[in-house]
Amino acid sequence: MPQLVSIEDLRVAFNGVPVLRGVDIALQKGEALGLVGESGSGKSVTWLAALGLLPRHARVSGSVRLEGREILGAPAAELDHVRGGRVAMIFQDPASALNPVLTIRRQLCEALALHRDLQGNAVKAEARRLLDLVGIPDAARRLEAYPHEFSGGQVQRIMIAMALAGNPDLLIADEPTTALDATIQAQILELLSTIRSELNMAMVLISHDLGVVAENCDRVAVMYAGRIVEEAPSNQLFADPVHPYAQGLIGALPPLDGPRRRLTAIPGTVPDPAHMPGGCAFAPRCALASDPCGLAAPSLAPIADDRSVACIRAESSRRALLGIAAE
Amino acid sequence: MSAPLVEVAAISRSYSMRSGMFGRATAVHAVDGVSLTIARGQTLGLVGESGSGKSTTGRIVLGLEPPDRGEVRFDGKPMATPGTAAWRGQRARMQMIFQDPLGALDRRLPVATQIREPLDIHGLGTASMREERVRELLRAVELTPVHGARYPGALSGGQRQRIVLARALATKPDFLVCDEPVSALDVSIQAQVVNLLADLQAQLGLTLLFISHDLRVVRQISNIVAVMYLGRIVEIGSADDLFARPEHPYTQALVSASPAPGRRSAGRIVLSGDPPNPAARPQGCAFHPRCPRAIARCASEVPALETVGGDRQVACHLVTGAVTRDAA
Amino acid sequence: MGRYFAIRIGRAALTIVLVVTFAFVVLRLSGDPALMILGPEAPPEVLAAFRKAWGLDDPIWAQYFDYFGAIAKGELGRSMRDGRPAIELVLERIPATLALTLPAFAFKVALGIPAGIYAALHRGSGIDRAVMMTAVAGFTVPSFVLALVLVLVFAVQLGWLPSGGQDSWRHAILPIATLSLGGAAVLARFTRSAMLEVLGQPYIRTASAKGVPWRKVVTSHALPNAAIPTVTILGFMVGTLIAGAVVVESVFAWPGVGRLLVVAVANRDLAVVQCILLLVAMTMVTSNLIVDFLYGFLDPRLRTKGAHA
Repeated sequence: MPQLVSIEDLRVAFNGVPVLRGVDIALQKGEALGLVGESGSGKSVTWLAALGLLPRHARVSGSVRLEGREILGAPAAELDHVRGGRVAMIFQDPASALNPVLTIRRQLCEALALHRDLQGNAVKAEARRLLDLVGIPDAARRLEAYPHEFSGGQVQRIMIAMALAGNPDLLIADEPTTALDATIQAQILELLSTIRSELNMAMVLISHDLGVVAENCDRVAVMYAGRIVEEAPSNQLFADPVHPYAQGLIGALPPLDGPRRRLTAIPGTVPDPAHMPGGCAFAPRCALASDPCGLAAPSLAPIADDRSVACIRAESSRRALLGIAAE
Repeated sequence: MSAPLVEVAAISRSYSMRSGMFGRATAVHAVDGVSLTIARGQTLGLVGESGSGKSTTGRIVLGLEPPDRGEVRFDGKPMATPGTAAWRGQRARMQMIFQDPLGALDRRLPVATQIREPLDIHGLGTASMREERVRELLRAVELTPVHGARYPGALSGGQRQRIVLARALATKPDFLVCDEPVSALDVSIQAQVVNLLADLQAQLGLTLLFISHDLRVVRQISNIVAVMYLGRIVEIGSADDLFARPEHPYTQALVSASPAPGRRSAGRIVLSGDPPNPAARPQGCAFHPRCPRAIARCASEVPALETVGGDRQVACHLVTGAVTRDAA
Repeated sequence: MGRYFAIRIGRAALTIVLVVTFAFVVLRLSGDPALMILGPEAPPEVLAAFRKAWGLDDPIWAQYFDYFGAIAKGELGRSMRDGRPAIELVLERIPATLALTLPAFAFKVALGIPAGIYAALHRGSGIDRAVMMTAVAGFTVPSFVLALVLVLVFAVQLGWLPSGGQDSWRHAILPIATLSLGGAAVLARFTRSAMLEVLGQPYIRTASAKGVPWRKVVTSHALPNAAIPTVTILGFMVGTLIAGAVVVESVFAWPGVGRLLVVAVANRDLAVVQCILLLVAMTMVTSNLIVDFLYGFLDPRLRTKGAHA
């Protein structure tokens, strides 16, 4: 299968402080990839950087290819075509994600005018169709309303409609349900999954909520301190996490059924990006850390088909495996 | 079992709210006939979505605002009139922690000073005893005097919440109301604070009212859980049992909406409609417009909270007693 | 919507009443107009006659109510100094003042708003820093200091422009420059911070993320939102068109409303002072009402609730 997006060694620094320290992601057409990690791990920055949406003072390096074509540092006109047209994005805070002084129609039609060859009444008809598609009742009338006249869940639906306006191949959903109530979160996640399967659209779901990612994605990448530390099919990751940080995250999540157990809290806090520890960034909090962990940062390397881990323990066991195979 | 520490009898609270800048004032029933009892050393979890009235309930229980109707009794006595000596004595025995620790702390003072503040206010002990108590409290929340000398801005979110917790514990309270105390924290830090809270509860024999929208965290820490919807309790029961076998259609939807690793969304109940608006409360059962199982009666008649077996109480016309329970 | 404006108009009327009352109280309590105008050597019977003629020996509250009664009938009194109707004195000075303040207002807007927008869009650049330094200077230097510096440089040292008077358009240049520079600085600062605030909002990122070219993000997404706070400061500036030039008119001996006010206050010429204050209060209040109207126009969050309710 051809790769839709391939990110290689993506690095971002703000005012000389590195926040993304070499990220590699490959995404197939139609695939749903989950990106989990705590605040500051770089999961949002990765995609904002890939689409050129970071503020000017951010230093970005590496490579981001969309169907083989480099888009990192591409001219503004080309990026404007990619954004919304090939790759669309929705964000966390529905209350402030839409322009408060413009009607829904203006904001939807703006996206349609940019990416679709539609004229006159066809634009408005398409806007109505999109609102219908995302489940906003009475679409014709509601088009003339302003964002504050909708609830949070409805605004997120409108954001999804706007994202779909350009028929994108990939939707980046950045914490799309974090600000919503549980029952509304369920509605939005169901809508996303229906639309994705109908349109065969790839999706990157960025979330701090392991449950949300596990249920909605084929594959999951766990980020810590600006790097991917483990990547695996989602059922395998949650059944059998390899990286101590991934293990810690899953252990820290209280179960909703079965016996209660004491939560396995990860001690300490996320390192300050300005004072990153040498070697593995997780080592200071890792129960299994040993001396070599402080020497060099382990790279993300495969441990099985479609599973990779960035941990010295996985590396040594792999080397042992390879050593045996070589002899 | 000894007498419960906190007894809440049919409290109600409504506000007058304008819809928009020019609309007419309407009465919003934030809390409508809520009754609870919390036994000593136990935790009652209060869950619900925004607008369910769970935070208002917490503030009324703590005496931060008066109920329009109903009564709160603490340790067998009704809440004293605010401002009196009896009230101050009662208030020292009950404390609250909120979601946003940065908002609860003064950015311009070292955190140790803020932990000592309630001791100064209530005039507890000599200066050196207070200093010693502050060190003890810092230790209790697993921090050091080094952290105490810092300002709130120099601490992480989890550390700040520990400071707030230490300050709440300064007057040796019996009862703690925690309103979304870990919601703003990352998962790994959330687990640290939840564990700490459980440890402190066991050591100090604290009684907790734990308010959260997060079912997992609530189950982890609570003995009894009450589910609120538009100002009323729709279901209450022991934590493990309630989440394993929810009876009220709303609780069922909430439990089903809580995503879990390793459990694909097959059979998920997705409620239609928007979150409830307390200013436009539906007639009859407030949940009926979104309820997948609603019948005609639900639109006209408010269901009462009734015992359906064991310690479970449910307010639903479709859930009546043991018969339905066995059939379900 | 009707209720919204009824409340605001009521508040505006109250503001005017309070301003007039305040002026009455302060001026009457701080000195005897008869003594001020006729001088301390005036014979007692002249003073008494003067007081009687102007009603100054009535009880103070009676004077107060008489004054309001007269205003209600449209009579703003006569100048105690030369007996002409106060309103006439004031009205004949207004064109001179507007000759300064209107061009100055145009310059403030033309300089301040583009400078603020440019600075916000190029935050941290050399031009941003230059704009901000100028703005801070214009903001902190009092207008009489700026006026004196301009006079010193352009009138005294270089001799290019006259230092005072109202004989030709060249006399207006330095007063207008003084008024414009300070106002433009305030406006630039305000516009810049309003723009920066808006540019940091998530909906700006949303617009970029859907492929809107940056120029259009600025014009059709950022500017309409940044206009809302900027309108407040513009409304305030419109409110000062009549009386905002007191200091500058005094420094440049420009015979406008401001100078009339200074002279009238010095003489305790009650009717003239109150007439000017009434006029100022009315311009201020009217410009505030216009701002409220504009808010409703610019911000649908204020508008729609009323329209649907």
